[in-house]
Amino acid sequence: MPAAPAAKKSRRPSRPAPELIFGDLWEFDPAPETADPKLKPRYDLFIGGAFVAPAAGRYFDSINPANEQKLAEIAVADERDVDAAYAAARRAQPGWERLSGAERGKYLYRLARLLQDRAREFAVAETLDGGKPIKESRDFDVPMSAAHFFYHAGWADKLDYAFPGARSISAHGVVGQVIPWNFPLLMLAWKLAPALATGNTVVLKPAETTSITALKLAEILQEAELPPGVVNFVTGAGETGAAVVAHPAAAKIAFTGSTEVGRRIMRATAGTGKKLTLELGGKAANIVFDDAPLDQAVEGIVNGIFFNQGHVCCAGSRLLVQEGVADTVIAKLKQRIRVLRVGDPIDKNTDIGAINSREQLERIRRLVDAGVKEGATLHQPPCRLPAKGFYFQPSLFTDVQQSHRIAREEIFGPVLSILTFRTVDEAIEKANNTAYGLSAGVWTDKGSRILKMSTELKAGVVWANTYNKFDPASPFGGYKESGFGREGGRHGLADYVKLG
Amino acid sequence: MLDEMGPVDAVGVEERVAKYGTRSIKKAAKLFGLKLAVSMVDLTTLEGKDTPGKVAALCVKARTPHEIAGGDPAQIPMVAAVCVYPAMVRHARRALGASSSVKIASVATAFPSGQAPLRTRLAEVRAAVADGADEVDMVINRGAFLAGEFGRVQDEIAAVLEACGPAALKVIFETSELETYDNIRLASFLALRLLRPGDFIKTSTGKTSSNATLGNNQVMIEAIRDHYLQTGVAIGMKPAGGIRTAKQALTFLVAVKETLGDAWLTNRRYRFGASSLLNDLLRQLEKERTGAYQAPYAFSEATESY
Repeated sequence: MPAAPAAKKSRRPSRPAPELIFGDLWEFDPAPETADPKLKPRYDLFIGGAFVAPAAGRYFDSINPANEQKLAEIAVADERDVDAAYAAARRAQPGWERLSGAERGKYLYRLARLLQDRAREFAVAETLDGGKPIKESRDFDVPMSAAHFFYHAGWADKLDYAFPGARSISAHGVVGQVIPWNFPLLMLAWKLAPALATGNTVVLKPAETTSITALKLAEILQEAELPPGVVNFVTGAGETGAAVVAHPAAAKIAFTGSTEVGRRIMRATAGTGKKLTLELGGKAANIVFDDAPLDQAVEGIVNGIFFNQGHVCCAGSRLLVQEGVADTVIAKLKQRIRVLRVGDPIDKNTDIGAINSREQLERIRRLVDAGVKEGATLHQPPCRLPAKGFYFQPSLFTDVQQSHRIAREEIFGPVLSILTFRTVDEAIEKANNTAYGLSAGVWTDKGSRILKMSTELKAGVVWANTYNKFDPASPFGGYKESGFGREGGRHGLADYVKLG
Repeated sequence: MLDEMGPVDAVGVEERVAKYGTRSIKKAAKLFGLKLAVSMVDLTTLEGKDTPGKVAALCVKARTPHEIAGGDPAQIPMVAAVCVYPAMVRHARRALGASSSVKIASVATAFPSGQAPLRTRLAEVRAAVADGADEVDMVINRGAFLAGEFGRVQDEIAAVLEACGPAALKVIFETSELETYDNIRLASFLALRLLRPGDFIKTSTGKTSSNATLGNNQVMIEAIRDHYLQTGVAIGMKPAGGIRTAKQALTFLVAVKETLGDAWLTNRRYRFGASSLLNDLLRQLEKERTGAYQAPYAFSEATESY
């Protein structure tokens, strides 16, 4: 290189370090999404194709985590209601399975199209109920949910060709499903679509804090004239979920949620002969090598941990960065998170919305406090959080050690723990040194290294030079304490059939 | 140097820039953005059929983009510069006067191909500056770049820089001919390491099939950012060609806001090389003012009509 850079270097000590200004010169005006979510003041249970009041007549409030205002009343289902739901599902099952695959496919296509027709309404409802930015519910949750119905609609009449070598293919019967609050509608689609395509009928319990879009989908099920009892929704908290899992009529249980609850479900179903699939927590390693495209890696790291406020089981919550580029990556990350917009989820420019519940916010705070106490260094960009509602600013931890709680436990919030490594083998060791194994990311310019990492990492999904990419055709699921069974693709379909 | 810069992942760049388009810019923010964009336009005519008369008309348009009867003339800013061929510089200077806040930029160095002997290119630069150009838009030697002669590319930029004297320099890469984001990043650093504060790097000539895109804009402003943080030297950016609508211009400005920050939201550090963009910006500004869209012929120098 010519002499110019050297000359500049000699001036360096005398002046302050150059900084970028991310101020309010050009502040964006509020841009709220205005579509009507069409909420009802009170939602009953959806059993046998109709909305029915709960046996005990009890309801709870569902609030908007962005401002703590009440959105609607949701029914609490007790054992009697769950029993009624299973009875309806059992009655409907033989007829549903006897329908030709093409007929079942028609219903699924219809659901997908009706959901697309009402996409904006569902996106707003999802954002109000769960706190995720409207940008994400509009561009990810709702379109992906429709995509899962479309994809599995296509399988419904091709089951005979999906499992070569099988002499007979049949449904399990009635499937009990319990889903989490981080992607309420999408997790519902992941569970319903393969179950219906294969001829099962369903009793599903949405998460307590996010039941609304499931009950709105019930309206679509009615509109699509899905036979009564094929899909039943029972709402409520943990006891309702326990009743769904424990019911003797369930031939299979599918659960997505925390590892702790997953363990309880495994105990409850042990010895009952019920099939079980679990998609549980994660503490994914996102590994950046020194030859990686760093600006795009930073973008992927941000997408990996701050997508949906970090309420993502496959979130890239442990950043492993090679020592030679650690300072550069951390500096770039700090800059990048300064332009993330935290605030009202209904605003189209919001990047990070509200934490789903007070309980979750407290859990995040507890773990962040533990990180500080254990000696890690916390970095948070300056940002104004709304006075009402549950918010947490995007956070980075440096000086994190493998033994710290923030490097081992799932935080499920917008908090990234940054560790460093020196060699490829050390990266693999550190990445696999966790109880979880749901996902991982690898950033490098070397194709051969990507192939090596993808075989060595004990994770259900390994993303290369990208993060948090999903497709209905791609199976998703975990190793170790991240669960078992797959969702999506032919593998996911296989978990919903009995092969003879 | 290649090691120092690191590679660029094309998929990642395009994913990043797609997010800029989802920003929703309303009301006062929109007004601010539109006016800012007007003030950043390098109003351009680069045609074989350019005449002193056409250039004079362009200069009037540059100074008074849109006159509102009885309106406040300060409502719509002047554009940053007019951009013309070297032979037209003296006509532009006559039209704008000796000291004008609208600058005169001239493409030089055998624009757009750059395929002339270096001494011819340098003579062209000196002539444009002598005729009154405030800014010179040069093209790099893409042949030398693609042949791997990076030293030669830099030597030529250094020679042009010297020939510019006090005039600001804009270095055009012709990104469509460099093809890859890796090449664009490399070319950015080759130029950035020579340029002075007040100089620019520029995407393209507007004379090839593909011009400024959000992707190559992003790679170049990230290079400007990295260079600034390493050296403290702030270089400007000029995407040129293909930016025709106000919406596009606002999206480019969002990229600047979120990558380089507020200090680059000024025409001293960011420009749009464009001709039809100006009238679309004015049309949107008028829509914000009156609540209704005006026909294209309501704006002077409009090329489209019905």
